[in-house]
Amino acid sequence: MLTGLTLTEARAGLAARKFSARDLATAHMQAIARLNPKLNAYITVLPEKDVLAAADAADARYADGTARPMEGLPIGVKDLFCTKGVKTTAASKMLADFVPPYESSVTQRLLDAGSVFVGKTNLDEFAMGSANITSAFGSVLNPWQRKGDEATALVPGGSSGGSAAAVAAGLALAATGTDTGGSIRQPAAFCGIVGLKPTYGRCSRWGTIAFASSLDQAGPMTRSVADAGLMLEAMAGFDEKDSTSSNRPVPAFAQAVGKSVKGLRVGIPAEYRAPGLPAEIAAMWEQGIAWLRDAGCEIVDVSLPHTKYGLATYYIIAPAECSSNLARYDGIRFGARKDAPTLDGIYERTRAEGFGEEVRNRILMGTYVLSAGYYDAYYLKAQKVRTLIKRDFVQAFEQVDVLLTPTAPSAAFAQGENMDDPVQMYLNDIFTVPASMAGVPALSVPVGLDAKGLPLGLQIIGRHFDEETVLSVGGALEDAAGFAHTPTLHAEAGA
Amino acid sequence: MSLDLATTRRIAKLARIGLEDAELESVRQKLDGILGWVDQLSEVDVEGVPPMVGTEMEALRQREDVVTDGNCREAVLSCAPETSGPFYTVPKVVE
Repeated sequence: MLTGLTLTEARAGLAARKFSARDLATAHMQAIARLNPKLNAYITVLPEKDVLAAADAADARYADGTARPMEGLPIGVKDLFCTKGVKTTAASKMLADFVPPYESSVTQRLLDAGSVFVGKTNLDEFAMGSANITSAFGSVLNPWQRKGDEATALVPGGSSGGSAAAVAAGLALAATGTDTGGSIRQPAAFCGIVGLKPTYGRCSRWGTIAFASSLDQAGPMTRSVADAGLMLEAMAGFDEKDSTSSNRPVPAFAQAVGKSVKGLRVGIPAEYRAPGLPAEIAAMWEQGIAWLRDAGCEIVDVSLPHTKYGLATYYIIAPAECSSNLARYDGIRFGARKDAPTLDGIYERTRAEGFGEEVRNRILMGTYVLSAGYYDAYYLKAQKVRTLIKRDFVQAFEQVDVLLTPTAPSAAFAQGENMDDPVQMYLNDIFTVPASMAGVPALSVPVGLDAKGLPLGLQIIGRHFDEETVLSVGGALEDAAGFAHTPTLHAEAGA
Repeated sequence: MSLDLATTRRIAKLARIGLEDAELESVRQKLDGILGWVDQLSEVDVEGVPPMVGTEMEALRQREDVVTDGNCREAVLSCAPETSGPFYTVPKVVE
């Protein structure tokens, strides 16, 4: 039972002393011991004595009335957030033995709010991927299975695939993710959970291993929309150590959930009716539109004319920033090192052997688009198109309060599918990338199952720094959908 | 434009990724495929459109010119794969 709760339910149960933080932690450590060997959702599980010590400290706070908002709640942390004294790998051989001497700002805030970390979740290497198949520590298995087809292993989405699988399977009450082009929302949709990418600048990037700095944003992955609000409150806030961190006040996000959405204007972008959109996803989208109309929203057709260029723009800008950020892995200051007689030789061998194929290719792509002679044709051009993509959103938000779209163009696919052609894999992010490019907040909410029994998500996109309206609409969608399914592989399914 | 082997080799050198000759052609093909696909941006009219730098949500700040951190040499060096005393080590780079 304890591994199936929402954060909100667990917090209430702890406060009412129905169970202890130690009970919660123990249940999660047992679930991890039983299911993680199969799911591979965690790269590192924290030592049980440390987890229990943190839980005991939480119980002491409940006893003396000083419990904080996330007190005693077992959380998974994507292995992209530096955690002091705990190995942080970014799922790369390059950082296989990296133990940071500092704590990321986001995880520090979660600790300061009383969270109990249980482990570091698996991801695509350096967060580059949409299926969690590029991890140097093995693929993550999606805990969901196609009806009548248990043999086919499905991907959990990516890059925050370990976080999504852990939350879906009962191996953490919630987890942190990071989203650069869809890495919170797409795995949340594939695993039947809630994922929120906040506005760029809402959560500090300090101490989170960088991929594409103008896009990277941390966010919560949870079992309910209210939980996403609760956890974002703990994660968000100004940080002097991140020059792009916003100093706007952090609202009480959880209170936005449950607020009436009557009279809100919901935009349906014509361009998201992509050719080849599966009928089941189109039907789920129509259902979502009907639910919000019933809840009193006004549905408005809008246009985001540059949507079709989002992915191509992203696959210039993100690799360019990646090539610059990942230049730091030189074999000298931290991470792995392969020796060679010359300094260049150390760089070249370390980087050839330390990075996996997808990361190498993205670095090379980024190096190319930034190199003399190609910079204007590719990188500068992409930055200009990015301006147009952002303008589309700003103009749409003059007419509507939020946008409603599918999160992903398919349900979870099988390991081995979409692997040969990188462009096919990139198409997974077709609906999530534009919001990343514009920096606006976006939420994925699980709303139903397809004919094969796999979860589907809808995405709500809002104005810059208006996560509250996104959460209100997400709450209305969640209420109407009443998604209460759990995957086949779950801590509470027969052992 | 299509990507040739010499350019692929030059990019790998710029990125300091030591590719074997046998790997170059498959890397060239992958990159060429992606470049062919992103070429669709050539049809977008960006005349007079400024490039978007970052997400332009917040003006960059200047912080107070004060010491906020330091005296943590051992912690910093603890991350290095190879050190000697208070130094990082590299092969000899001057003759």
